[in-house]
Amino acid sequence: MNITVTLLLICGLLFFTGGAIGIIRFPDFYSRLHPAGKLDTAGLTITMGAIALYTLTPFSFEALITALKIILIAVFVFITSPTATHAIIDAGVRAGLKPWRKEIDPDK
Amino acid sequence: MASIETITSDDNQNRLAPKSQMPTKPGQKRFAAGPFILTFLIMACFWVIFSGKFDAFHLSLGFVSCLIVSFLSSDLLFPTALKPALIICWLRFVGYIPWLLYQILLANIHVFYLSLHPRMMELIDPQIIVFESRLKGDIARTTFANSITLTPGTITVNVTTRGKFAVHCINKQSGQPLPGVMEAKIAKVFKE
Repeated sequence: MNITVTLLLICGLLFFTGGAIGIIRFPDFYSRLHPAGKLDTAGLTITMGAIALYTLTPFSFEALITALKIILIAVFVFITSPTATHAIIDAGVRAGLKPWRKEIDPDK
Repeated sequence: MASIETITSDDNQNRLAPKSQMPTKPGQKRFAAGPFILTFLIMACFWVIFSGKFDAFHLSLGFVSCLIVSFLSSDLLFPTALKPALIICWLRFVGYIPWLLYQILLANIHVFYLSLHPRMMELIDPQIIVFESRLKGDIARTTFANSITLTPGTITVNVTTRGKFAVHCINKQSGQPLPGVMEAKIAKVFKE
């Protein structure tokens, strides 16, 4: 069980790392929101799942309640993360920031 | 977004007002038993999970505060009257969630691959595409917009009151399947 939890945690942390690298590497504000908004949900879900599994291993009623709380964190992030991403990108459009386009595009 | 919500909630008020027995003055709340009880049950569930204590003192505290909260804000959580159709709609929505989770997994792997790819700049071609959606309902559109944001390579930028969606895509391929399958699925969930 410990091995499963560790593997899941490593997986989730990999997703977080990928998200951080993506935020640095993508060219502009709008495309940076793609890794910021998405990889966090995956990383969070996997790490939270791992922690919930870890708390559940000696199964008891208290452990179940703690696990439910941890799962609720993931649920709320699933609702708020796209909304927050949308709010940020909408603020960018309202402020008049032009999206980055590829310059080398012969047919445009 | 705010303007959409105010318009439709006004519509709902007008539609419901003649039917209700109690005359509603502006500023006075209609009391509806169904939403009140349901809000109370949801709040009570959350209280029990979050407090995790089962002695009489904590449970009675929770009972009182759930009563107060559900009295004040049951019309916030359920702006329309509870109809069987709405509940069936929720059940269909639960059936939509596994597909959405699968799409989210795909989205994450896609962005993960992109952000670690050594020649990332050649793969991406960010652009904003605009398309009309045939979804009419408020919740249907919100669900659609949030689902777009969660699926591979796309983020919703803006939704107008006439159902025009502006979507930021990371490359051309990810913008191709929109609206497509997802809109059909959401239309099926909300019966539109």
